[in-house]
Amino acid sequence: MGRVLLVCRLAVRDLRRRPAEAVLLLLAITAATATLTLGLVLQGASAQPYQTTRVATGGPDVVASVVASPGGDQLAALEALAGAPGVAGHSGPFPHTRLVVKARGVTTVAWTQGRGAASAPVDQPKVTEGGWVRDGGAVLEASFAQALGVRAGDRITLGDRSFQVAGVAVTAAMPPYPKICFSPCMFGEHQMAPPTAPPVSAPREDVNFGPPGPNGLLWVTDADARDLAARTRFLGYVMNLKLADPASAPAFIDAHLPTSLDTPFLASWQDVLYGHNKMIEWKQVAMLVSSWLLGMIALAGIVVLVAGRMADQLRRVGLLKAVGGTPGLVAAVLLAEYVAVALLASAAGLAIGRLAAPLLSEPATGLLGSAGAVPFTWSTVALVTAVALGIAGVATFLPAVRAARTSTVLALADAARPPRRTAWLIGISTRLPVPLLLGLRVAARRPRRTVLGMAGIAVAVAGIVAAMAANAHRFEEKAPGADPRTALSQVLLLMTVMLVAQAAVNAICITWSTALDARRSSALARALGATPAQVSAGLSTAQILPALAGALLGLATGIGLAELLDDDPVTVPPLWQLTAVVLGCVIVIAGLTAIPARLSARHPVGEILRTELT
Amino acid sequence: MDTVESLPIVSPILRASGLRMRYGQGSGIVHALDGVDLDVATGETVAVMGASGSGKSTLLHLLGGLERPSAGEVWLAGRRIDGLGETALARLRRTAIGFVFQAFHLMDELTAAENVELPALLAGQSPRAARRRAAELLERVGLSHRAEHLPSALSGGERQRVAIARALSNEPLVVLADEPTGNLDSAATLDVLRLLDSLRTAGQTLVIVTHDARVAATADRLISMRDGGFVEETRLTHGSTGRLGELAGLEG
Ligand SMILES: Nc1ncnc2c1ncn2[C@@H]1O[C@H](COP(=O)(O)OP(=O)(O)O)[C@@H](O)[C@H]1O
Ligand SMILES: [Mg+2]
Repeated sequence: MGRVLLVCRLAVRDLRRRPAEAVLLLLAITAATATLTLGLVLQGASAQPYQTTRVATGGPDVVASVVASPGGDQLAALEALAGAPGVAGHSGPFPHTRLVVKARGVTTVAWTQGRGAASAPVDQPKVTEGGWVRDGGAVLEASFAQALGVRAGDRITLGDRSFQVAGVAVTAAMPPYPKICFSPCMFGEHQMAPPTAPPVSAPREDVNFGPPGPNGLLWVTDADARDLAARTRFLGYVMNLKLADPASAPAFIDAHLPTSLDTPFLASWQDVLYGHNKMIEWKQVAMLVSSWLLGMIALAGIVVLVAGRMADQLRRVGLLKAVGGTPGLVAAVLLAEYVAVALLASAAGLAIGRLAAPLLSEPATGLLGSAGAVPFTWSTVALVTAVALGIAGVATFLPAVRAARTSTVLALADAARPPRRTAWLIGISTRLPVPLLLGLRVAARRPRRTVLGMAGIAVAVAGIVAAMAANAHRFEEKAPGADPRTALSQVLLLMTVMLVAQAAVNAICITWSTALDARRSSALARALGATPAQVSAGLSTAQILPALAGALLGLATGIGLAELLDDDPVTVPPLWQLTAVVLGCVIVIAGLTAIPARLSARHPVGEILRTELT
Repeated sequence: MDTVESLPIVSPILRASGLRMRYGQGSGIVHALDGVDLDVATGETVAVMGASGSGKSTLLHLLGGLERPSAGEVWLAGRRIDGLGETALARLRRTAIGFVFQAFHLMDELTAAENVELPALLAGQSPRAARRRAAELLERVGLSHRAEHLPSALSGGERQRVAIARALSNEPLVVLADEPTGNLDSAATLDVLRLLDSLRTAGQTLVIVTHDARVAATADRLISMRDGGFVEETRLTHGSTGRLGELAGLEG
């Protein structure tokens, strides 16, 4: 008990002795855990709104659709499905066609389904605005309506006929715009080219599939649907099935694989859910990738902090060992410190992630219910805490091992962390102006710290550039009418802000460590005639040069990262944006380093040399 | 802009009057220097002795412009320097003053030659000129064969000789040495003594703070300090006999 108390007391003392470092450490780990929490929470965030919508609309377990070709008996095939074993109910078949939609200057394509006035037992779209279909009045699926920016009462053109928008409704039968798809196009994982089926993409002269492109969904009356189908010369049918066991929908589909274009194509509710999740999948990718990037930056910052404290720690270790403390006790003290910080940081990170998640999962249009109800499970808490504790463990392990191996006398003498000599850098520096000469030598004294600083900047810039590339790409690829100011930009912005914040914390950590470490040599340079301005410019240079190198490295890495995450060729952001990122990065670093550099250059020389004289 | 290079050689080259230095405030106030007057003539060697805490280092720091006095004046080569800004003082130190410290204060990551050439580089000399000068100086302190060694590979005496070479880099008007033999054993002390004596005979102006009577004996003048003030001044007349060995009594 006494030992535990001793360990705790020593740990608290040590943290209080260096509050700034403790706070920086806390910030670094918090940022990493917050992003990790967000990434985990967003996973499947859409499941609950989807379930709500499914219940409210009598969502189908299986959607069957078929193309009506001349001479085929497709309706009979659908009727047969309705009577198949395991089917508990159905609605339809409803006639549908695929045609060009013009609204508010936007031209796109939509599936147009014919519905009756009466409520269907399966998949009755729930009207969220306006009313249900009437002759000459169409109801638009919610995500489609949002993309087009139309509301009840607006006028749209379907094919060559003008319609009024009677209302807006949600359905659980289809993923959101522009992924809506009926036979013969496919979505989801279960309808991916069945090996037993003939090639489904074989061109058919006798069937007009309508124009290519993204798909919306809207409903009209049965009579209007047949009229439109006659005009476009493309008629198909949709039937919604309810199964006795909804979980068996994929198995049901496997048992009824299409054998030709005349047989129905089936999609399960799981496919639809997958489609919905697909829409926020990039968010998860962005969040998970940025957690990794943040984790890497955090680790670089933590390593610098831990290593910066090493000389100090080693002297303390020497003291503890000199009075009879074992290496085990020393490790326990360090572990207690870092675990305390890590626990606090993971609690803060979990809270931030939990609060920020609803903001990001919000625009799940096309579904009912508040997206704020995000799942927050114990496994998330456990995983995030475990990662934070892992960081603490690594941070303890390095100095503990080193301390255990260092002899007590050496540790007391503080000879354990002599500066490095990087001869070629020193050689180059003699040819440079005094601030650069001093700066290069400061950087050369701690090459590992310099590399870590550079790596931190490189990772941050890589993340930012990847985000920019993704942003540029999405803007290009967007379906007609889809709002460019979507959640993607939000996530990318958030990711960028977090990366910048973390990189800034890192830069501050590194500059403080460097300024402290270079105290004596700076004082000495001043005693030998370097001016305070030259010394502070030198300290800033020691950060800015690696930052510049890191930023350039990050540019290349970022574009590579975008390439890796995207199957399509990446859109490289314009040169002025890339230049702005590099320059901005250098300016921010210069600003952040100016204060500690100036402070340390103003410190009276005599005092430093006197205290270092012991 | 006034350049320190153009400072005239006047006598006294270094002058302090009414020099006071206080540290701290209120009841914790320390009078490290309490009204000191000093003239150092060109080419003169002054030794300052006194117990620990008597204000010797403070005096040197004020004379060299590392700190600014609470009161009093410091004149170097006919120019008053006690009120100069940090930057002006740094420029002054660059060319007019050479420091030697008890703890050597060499840069650990630089070789002997790189340490010695540093002041020349700071003063804006070309790398080639700085390196040539460093080679000369290392030759002069007898360490040419150690030029490419790191301080950690040198003995204490060798380190201090490198530090002295560094202090001479820009041909300073005055060399200020704070207990240059304080960390050295007898043999190393003798090496440094010889070097200081050769500087004296070459006409270098020197102010040496020391505990060591042998070091003090090489000086032209000896000042004793107590509690921040001068208590005794002795003019030594070894100029005629002048042999270090006799004075230091080490070669008997
Ligand atoms: N920065 C400081 N703050 C407070 N007191 C100081 C400081 N520097 C020196 N002193 C005090 O001034 C006195 C003279 O110090 P110093 O000149 O170093 O003496 P010496 O070199 O003769 O041993 C001592 O009492 C010392 O404690
Ligand atoms: Mg002293």
